[in-house]
Amino acid sequence: MTKKIDHSKRTFMKSSTAVAGALAMPMILTSNKARAAPVEINMLAWYGHGESDVVGAYEEANNVKFNKKYYSGGDNMLALISQSPPGTYDLILSDAEFVMQLNEAGYIEELDAADYNFDDMLHEDFKKFPGHWKDDKLFSVMVRFGHLGVSYNTKAMSAEDAMSYKSFWKPELKGKVGHFDWHLPNLGMLSLHDGNGANLWDLDEAAWKQVQETAMSLRPQVGGFFDYGGTFNSLKNGEMQAMCGIGDWITGALERDGASVASVIPKEGGIQFTESYSIGKGSEKAAEVKKFIQHMLTPEGQLRSTEMAAYPAFCVTKGGRALLNEKNPKEAKRSGQIVGEPNEPIHLINEGRIHYRDVPVQQSLEDWNDFWSDYKNA
Amino acid sequence: MSQLIKKRRIDSYALAWRLPIIVWQLLFFVGPLLFLIAMSFFLVKNYRMVETFDLANWARMFSKDYFWSSYLYTFGMASLATVVATLIAFPASYALAFKVSDNVRRWAVFFLIVPFFTSYLVRTFSWYVILAESGIVNSILGNVGLGPFKMLNTPFGTMVGFMTLVLPLLVILQTLSLSQIDKNLIEAAHNLGCGRIRTIYAVIIPLAKIGLVVGALFCFILSFGDFVSPYYLGGSSPPTLSILIIDTTKSGQQWPRAAVVAICMMTTLFVMAFLAIRFAYRKPAS
Repeated sequence: MTKKIDHSKRTFMKSSTAVAGALAMPMILTSNKARAAPVEINMLAWYGHGESDVVGAYEEANNVKFNKKYYSGGDNMLALISQSPPGTYDLILSDAEFVMQLNEAGYIEELDAADYNFDDMLHEDFKKFPGHWKDDKLFSVMVRFGHLGVSYNTKAMSAEDAMSYKSFWKPELKGKVGHFDWHLPNLGMLSLHDGNGANLWDLDEAAWKQVQETAMSLRPQVGGFFDYGGTFNSLKNGEMQAMCGIGDWITGALERDGASVASVIPKEGGIQFTESYSIGKGSEKAAEVKKFIQHMLTPEGQLRSTEMAAYPAFCVTKGGRALLNEKNPKEAKRSGQIVGEPNEPIHLINEGRIHYRDVPVQQSLEDWNDFWSDYKNA
Repeated sequence: MSQLIKKRRIDSYALAWRLPIIVWQLLFFVGPLLFLIAMSFFLVKNYRMVETFDLANWARMFSKDYFWSSYLYTFGMASLATVVATLIAFPASYALAFKVSDNVRRWAVFFLIVPFFTSYLVRTFSWYVILAESGIVNSILGNVGLGPFKMLNTPFGTMVGFMTLVLPLLVILQTLSLSQIDKNLIEAAHNLGCGRIRTIYAVIIPLAKIGLVVGALFCFILSFGDFVSPYYLGGSSPPTLSILIIDTTKSGQQWPRAAVVAICMMTTLFVMAFLAIRFAYRKPAS
């Protein structure tokens, strides 16, 4: 039995109104949502932290929008803040060694330690990271870190050879050793080469002179000084086969693309870069920023941070690492974020092979920069 | 009297037309230049510039060996780029001006402009594929048993970048200049027994001198101030003055010291431009 279709005008009007209503419903719902303008958070950070692979889902879920301003280097960050009116930046990502300077200049707000889950931190040091606390008051929260050592082309050098900074002087690498163009990690590494160990930043006159001589002896090996993009390219196309001043944050990104490069922490030790979030002084969005920092310490936030497309880094929390192992075991294995791996970052710290990046103690940054200019011209 | 009023009216009319460029230059060239000069005497404290009058930045930069090394290297590379580019461009410009039809010349000029449709940075990065040790040039040379040669991150790489920047412009300037020469004068030289080579240096070059010198001057100016090629193709090793400016501002935000370097660069270019223009317009001794 076939049902007769009613073609009357009334039926047509009723049906089409129902269909139109059904079709319009999602738009009505979304337009209600869209009517609430997103909260805009001004972020000052290294490149990559405000990109959609890191904050996209958070923006969507919390109706916020990050207006990102990227910098390159702690000096640059301090200058941008000092030249802007208070409250310009709500959220500041800083290298740990610059947090103290941010605090002393009064550029960041005090945080409530009870707001952040420090119990989940992977290492005791991360709970009270140097410079992040002052007079038992918290000013910055560590969210990711990475290790710097010898980065090399795996076709040109074995991991065993790369296990010492001395490998930079190998005759077959003449003209093939590159520098990331920033004096701090490079001279820090040469200080480690000279056996300064934990005192790598605290150099007396004789030790500083020795580091300069070591650097000058390396100069004939050096093929160039590169920024972020140049470092990527020169390692990828094989122009540079060893690189001083970087670590997995660059080779890791290349490895993910299949390039034959890697980084190791040499026996003389490696350097840790540490990235931390603070709330800008005078920010009117402090509550929203606090919520975001809390999110970045959740397993999901940590996973996005460690997988950041721009440059990888390690998780700081147990929860983050567990989720990484579950969701992306390949990356966990590659970066050594599995207990028992020889390059497991916490193990390296506990072994005393990792030294937190700092600024020179007995010299000024200007002294180091002046020498760096001399070195480049030599 | 009425003529005088008329002349005054014409002057104000002409001034009205000139005013936009005068205002533009005052606002966007003279003003910033004066600020740059003033800034070179400021000091930086806690990453902030303090307005003062102090010669410390000048004394410091002039006392540093790396400043003078960079200066000599930059001047030398820009001079070499000017000579090399002029020598490469001239035969092409000569051919375009005298040996091809108007139609071919128009198309050639069009194709010389095409490279400017893309960013100079993109054009520079494309050299990576060509000059790398595993790149196109070394692959071709490898087939005949040569190389591989290191070309990237060397002064040669920087020079290739400079040529990318200046050659199209130089050929256009030279071609336009040579095209203005009265062909009857060249024919007259030939009729009077002047050979081809002698005609070039005795007739053509003197007649096109202004255009050729201006072209070379542009070449020097662009190469002297370029940052992209020395950094990305030269590997910043050794650094030029433009790279030194970046280094100086990057560490400690020393904009006043960077201003000293910038003023030295501008002074050099000013002197070179003055000498070049004077040479170009100098009349031959009769």
